Amino acid sequence: MATLNVLVAVCLAYVAFLFAVAFAAERAALRGRTNWLRSPIVYTLSLSIYCTAWTFYGAVGYAARSGLEYLTIYIGPSLVMFGWWWILRKLVRIGRSQRITSIADLISSRYGKSNLLAVGVTLLAVIGTTPYIALQLQSVTLSFEVFADVQSGGEEIAGQGSNALLVALGLTLFTIIFGTRNLDVNERHHGVVMAIAVEAVVKLFALLAVGVFVVWGIGGGFASTLERIDASEIGMWQMSGDRWASLIFLSAAAFLCLPRMFQVMVVENEDEGHLRTASWAFPAYLMVMSLFVVPIAVVGLELLPTGSNPDLFVLTLPLATGNEGLAMLSFLGGFSSATSMVIVAALALATMVSNHIVMPIWLSANGSGVQMSGDVRNVVIMARRVSIGAVVGLGYLYYQFSGGGTALASIGLISFAGVAQFLPVLLGGIFWRGATRPGAFTGLTVGFLVWAYSLLLPSFGTGAMLSEQIMTAGPFGIGWLRPQAFFGIEGLDPLVHAIFWSISLNTFAFVAVSLITFPSPLERLQGAQFVNVFEHSQGPRSWSGSVGQSEDLMIMAQRIIGAREAQALFEREAQRQGVSGFLPEPSPDFLHALERELSGSVGAATAHAMIGQIVGGASVSVEDLMAVADETAQMMEYSSQLEAKSEEQARTARQLRQANEKLTQISVQKDNFLSQVSHELRTPMTSIRAFSEILRDSDKLSEAEKVKYSSIIHDEAVRLTRLLDDLLDLSVLENGQVNLNVQKGMLSDLLDHAVATALTGSGIDSLKVTRRRASEAVALHTDLERLSQVFINLIANAQKYCDADQPELTIEVGRTDETLVIDFIDNGAGITKEEQAVIFEKFSRVGAQKAKGAGLGLAICREVMARLDGSVQYLPGQGGAAFRVTLPDRVALAAE
Amino acid sequence: MTKRVLLIEDEPNIIEAISFILSRDGWEVATHSNGHDAMDAVRRRSPDLVILDVMLPGKSGFEILRELRDDPETDGLPVLMLTARGQNKDREMAEKAGASRFMTKPFSNSDVIEAVRDLVAG
Repeated sequence: MATLNVLVAVCLAYVAFLFAVAFAAERAALRGRTNWLRSPIVYTLSLSIYCTAWTFYGAVGYAARSGLEYLTIYIGPSLVMFGWWWILRKLVRIGRSQRITSIADLISSRYGKSNLLAVGVTLLAVIGTTPYIALQLQSVTLSFEVFADVQSGGEEIAGQGSNALLVALGLTLFTIIFGTRNLDVNERHHGVVMAIAVEAVVKLFALLAVGVFVVWGIGGGFASTLERIDASEIGMWQMSGDRWASLIFLSAAAFLCLPRMFQVMVVENEDEGHLRTASWAFPAYLMVMSLFVVPIAVVGLELLPTGSNPDLFVLTLPLATGNEGLAMLSFLGGFSSATSMVIVAALALATMVSNHIVMPIWLSANGSGVQMSGDVRNVVIMARRVSIGAVVGLGYLYYQFSGGGTALASIGLISFAGVAQFLPVLLGGIFWRGATRPGAFTGLTVGFLVWAYSLLLPSFGTGAMLSEQIMTAGPFGIGWLRPQAFFGIEGLDPLVHAIFWSISLNTFAFVAVSLITFPSPLERLQGAQFVNVFEHSQGPRSWSGSVGQSEDLMIMAQRIIGAREAQALFEREAQRQGVSGFLPEPSPDFLHALERELSGSVGAATAHAMIGQIVGGASVSVEDLMAVADETAQMMEYSSQLEAKSEEQARTARQLRQANEKLTQISVQKDNFLSQVSHELRTPMTSIRAFSEILRDSDKLSEAEKVKYSSIIHDEAVRLTRLLDDLLDLSVLENGQVNLNVQKGMLSDLLDHAVATALTGSGIDSLKVTRRRASEAVALHTDLERLSQVFINLIANAQKYCDADQPELTIEVGRTDETLVIDFIDNGAGITKEEQAVIFEKFSRVGAQKAKGAGLGLAICREVMARLDGSVQYLPGQGGAAFRVTLPDRVALAAE
Repeated sequence: MTKRVLLIEDEPNIIEAISFILSRDGWEVATHSNGHDAMDAVRRRSPDLVILDVMLPGKSGFEILRELRDDPETDGLPVLMLTARGQNKDREMAEKAGASRFMTKPFSNSDVIEAVRDLVAG
């Protein structure tokens, strides 16, 4: 019993170690130290989740039963890796450019972002993967039992059944912790990838250790082991050609289509260049993995009592010879294989389930809820977590109900054949422009029905799902529909038979329906994007947004990719478009980029639907279709050139119209400005002219009247001069011709000066100014005169317009991260919202009373602050009128 | 009997100037300096002539003029409009709204007196 306890302890320690590895990798990724995380070796090792417990334990069993046939399972993937240039490179490129999150996402995205197709693929993937997860749980439990049997001498040990449950729970926890930390799948799961890379090393090392032990420890050296192999019947080279070919094809197809393989190969891929390394390193890994399979099988068959399960030779051989340490290592290898597969499979399936099933349902249940409801991110993450639990739970249930009797290898092959049904649609999607959604749908449906009928259902045993009668005579006595002998072709191996018919009928239906149906415009675009992924660098622009939706889009994006990321994205785009603030024009380019960003979080179909909900339907423009009509281009060259020309003319006309509108606008603005200037100049001139005529024409004026009238003339002349000065100043500032006279000085001195200047000539009590001198001890390095001009203006405005009984102005100096902030807050009635919008415009004056200014003061302030790289804004909600002056931090020298 | 003029204008110095020259010419001048209740002021004082500035706080001179013309009591009242925006557009608008005379600032004092006399003599 001691060893069993040790085993449990080792197991727990190993799991803790994995947590630590994953955690450390995440930490390193967070700190940006991702160099070694991104090495091609890690990528190659992560691909080794292809080798599950099935390969670890099952390959030996397979070899013991069917000789060298087990090699086919390695040859298929190796061929795919050797040919990486043709298929994998394309898949990875598409995955990156379209921000693909799963194989369901890829297929749905290719066929016009169809959610129906995504749901179908997801369900099929779940059906195909569940037995496989069950298989992993079973292998862990079996290996536990082997230890237990040896320890207890065959006595029943309580609580064995709960092992599977514990393992399932542990894996769920691990996957949830490291798999749903980031929402954006394209941000990649460094922790998970690192953990499975470590597991890859562990299982390889374990198998090699057992192999070395078997060959040199038991077998008596290399030569003698070879002799044993020769003596054994495994050594007989019985190769059944069709079975080999089918199996190689099957494993190659599964390698491409298994959701977990797709996850590590495409989704988690950091760099296309890694494929180059993996193309030889991964086949090498597989070769080393398979190196000792035959010796272990031969020696096992020879040494162990007949009837012992060959699937467990890897474990039972060391145990039988008393090598418990080695057995423990071997157990860890198997454990590693099982856990890494379950983790990645659960992750991949959970992404599919949450993106393609849960999210669409949630979205439609919430109706127009894209905008109104809370943080969608939480919903997505919750959905993903629940899905992980559900996927692993399904596997556990399957394990419980199936009782775990079937040999490991056959369950694996059935799963392989199931997911291999994606292959025609997948390859057709990336190589054939003519593939259509109805075609894909029909092909998948046909393939899966045939697979289920001819392979899955019979696998439960004759009489369990399909009756004896159906098996031998066909349904309703129709002979050519017998599950294992379609069209009366008998004598084929059931597996070969099922693969042959399911894939051929699948392909046939897919091609035939694709040929007779017509792709929708969106499919056509996506098709071109996928097939010509290396030529098309730019995405199709399939959206036409209208102004005013940006805010809705922003609200939605914030909820899905997070507030900070969304704001950054929008701001970047706004800057690119030359728009200030956070809301760019919803141009087709931007919408497309946004959609892709969102699809990294929720999948292509959902992202498409969400944007469609806001923008209101996609429309594919003629330009887009033109851009992708490569093949027909030769035939249509002439007409397309004509169209292109007319397009160009239309575009030019549009540009001209825009330019014209702009000019008209500028002209109207200019007229308004001139008429304002005229008014402002004529008003003082009216007084000057009228009074000078009075002085000239009347003799009977008293001395007092003369003085009064001439001082009016004088004042108005001064007002006129000031107006002209302001206008000139403004024009210089607006044209950017101003030369800054940068000096050093203290903010407190500047404010002293400004307060004194602004209040000159008015009564002392006209405005009480409150300041906090301590906070004003800031040394400035800027154009002090200009800055002072702004301060004077703001203080003078407060004095002019503050309507409180005891007017008071508070000047507050503060600092935020990168800016120096100076607030001027008075205790008057403030400025209404409508007026806030215009106070910085030229000639705008607030309120009914016509004060002396021409309404240029704030316009000048704004221009000055812009020249000083700062700003002046109205600060609402401060009680009275409040203005905030900001200066960049570098202007303020650290002198506090 | 002295004729009464109501001057509706918001610039204090211009009010002072016009008041001075008209009083000297023998008119009784009342002043009002915003657009809101200009109509009330006209009804209350029932002047023989109104001098109306275009740019007034609260309500524009054109609007006031339109209201004057819509009211049967004042539809025949002579109105001299003053504007500081010397554009033809303004003149057209004033004529359309029914101004009796239109003058651009700055004006000559004698022109104002002449115009006022003309309008009242009618």
